[in-house]
Amino acid sequence: MTQAIATGAAPAGARAVTQPKRADARDRWARRLPLLPALIFAIIVTQVPFLVTLYLSTLGWNALRPGERHFVGLANYASVLTDARLRAALVNTIVLTAGAVLVSLLLGLGLAVLLDRRFPGRSVVRTLLITPFLVMPMAAALLWKHAIYNPAYGLINGLLGGHTDWVSSYPMVAVVATLVWQWTPFMMLILLAGLQSQSEEVLEAARVDGASARQVFTHMTLPHLRQYLELGALLGSIYLVQTFDAVFTITQGGPGTATTNLPYEIYLTTFRKFEYGEAAAAGVVVVIGTIVVATFALRVISSLFRMEEGR
Amino acid sequence: MRKAAWTVTAWAVGIVFVFPVLWMVLTGFKREQDAASNPPAWLFHPTLDQYRQIFGRNVTPYLLNSLMASGFSTLLVLVLATPAAYALSMRPVGKWRDALFFFISTKMLPAVAALLPIYLVVKQLGMLDNIWTMVILYTAMNLPLAVWMMRSFLLEVPRSVVEAAAVDGAGLGLTIRKVIGPIVSPGIAATALICFIFAWNEFFFAVNLTATRSGTAPIFLVGFISSEGLFLARLCAAATLVSLPVLLAGWLAQNKLVRGLSMGAVK
Repeated sequence: MTQAIATGAAPAGARAVTQPKRADARDRWARRLPLLPALIFAIIVTQVPFLVTLYLSTLGWNALRPGERHFVGLANYASVLTDARLRAALVNTIVLTAGAVLVSLLLGLGLAVLLDRRFPGRSVVRTLLITPFLVMPMAAALLWKHAIYNPAYGLINGLLGGHTDWVSSYPMVAVVATLVWQWTPFMMLILLAGLQSQSEEVLEAARVDGASARQVFTHMTLPHLRQYLELGALLGSIYLVQTFDAVFTITQGGPGTATTNLPYEIYLTTFRKFEYGEAAAAGVVVVIGTIVVATFALRVISSLFRMEEGR
Repeated sequence: MRKAAWTVTAWAVGIVFVFPVLWMVLTGFKREQDAASNPPAWLFHPTLDQYRQIFGRNVTPYLLNSLMASGFSTLLVLVLATPAAYALSMRPVGKWRDALFFFISTKMLPAVAALLPIYLVVKQLGMLDNIWTMVILYTAMNLPLAVWMMRSFLLEVPRSVVEAAAVDGAGLGLTIRKVIGPIVSPGIAATALICFIFAWNEFFFAVNLTATRSGTAPIFLVGFISSEGLFLARLCAAATLVSLPVLLAGWLAQNKLVRGLSMGAVK
């Protein structure tokens, strides 16, 4: 099995450069044409709403008080930036995302190492391990809340005894544990691909030279896995920062604001308080924050690109 | 000996991970009073009552809505993404890299920031609780993923083969049908699978933009939250039912899964 991180930029890039200089306009449009439908669709559905959000964020507009829609300038931003709930939501988002990504990455690494070796029933075990990822997230959240965490008849108390109400005692842990359970298989798959792309000969040579299994792992395997770890962390963060289902179902953001993350907080502002202006401003702030983080993330992707081209 | 220990450990870990799913499936075949027992009931008389009740509560329209939203959005994604991926790989536009990063950046935009304007526009157009609204949104959601994935598959088509076809006088249409098509069709299938999974599982837009008429499978599940009395067995049966299509598809295509989830970056 040949597996490699490959965005395959090199051949295409080379081709773009070798285009004749006087490539006439017609040829350029012929090249663009297949791209345009997707590009226009993406712009209309993803960029235009953002512009509308920008406009809405300057309005004082609560849908419960129709007719009172007026321009308030940056007032919404002032209230959003000084809002303690939103700050709590920001912190919760970071804790939730970082916690879930790191733990699932570590567990995923362990599982990938386990599966990297041949043993009877390996493919069955792999199938078992990817199963949590395939369960519908809403089903998983409901399952954990009612069948596992429930104080009266949940599985944990059923097996361990006691009457702990896991969700209210450890709300953040309860949410993160559910997410970790779902996302560990994802990390495992990516890291397993990384492990299997190692050159067996090089590892064998190191062993022949007297390197211990542990030395091989820390000095050869881990550096090799670095880009796979980065990729897993990046993709995991993209998805997990938007976590909604688990919070909505397991804790409803509570108790208090203990597990309210940004998606859930903005959802509340929009559809529970109907503060459209404020919700829009909060959305803009989140987007700006995302752009900052994403710029960094895209740099990571670019470096993966360059690594490929340098080969 | 070491191998035996390794085997046992791996199997044990696998079973621990899959156990909640196993428990979900088992509980779906229990009577409500068995499902709510403490300590947990390991031996019980299996019953199909819960599944009967679920179909009695009309799960079918929800499943059909999910099937429509996921199926049509997947089709639309492929129709849009495949030519785009072609224009970003085999015969690239000048700024193919910028375009590629534009697509991935839309994936990073938090959906929640777009929710309000989308809600207002959809409401204005009278398209709330309409399955085609979901088709369009799921298409936008999966488009970046599909463009990246399809591009990675198209880059695997050997250039020499395409050039040879051109030398032999094959036109673009013929080349695509006879040369490129057969090589990338497994890639198209893998892309379709991933897009279908994400659309099938989507909840955030569904809960905010649909109601009774075009509610999707996860919306049906949420209906249980407000239920009074015992509902765990019924919930588990429903959760099993709505997860089943993706579980089956994922198990069957697990070799393609990693490539799709990493948007084509890991082969």
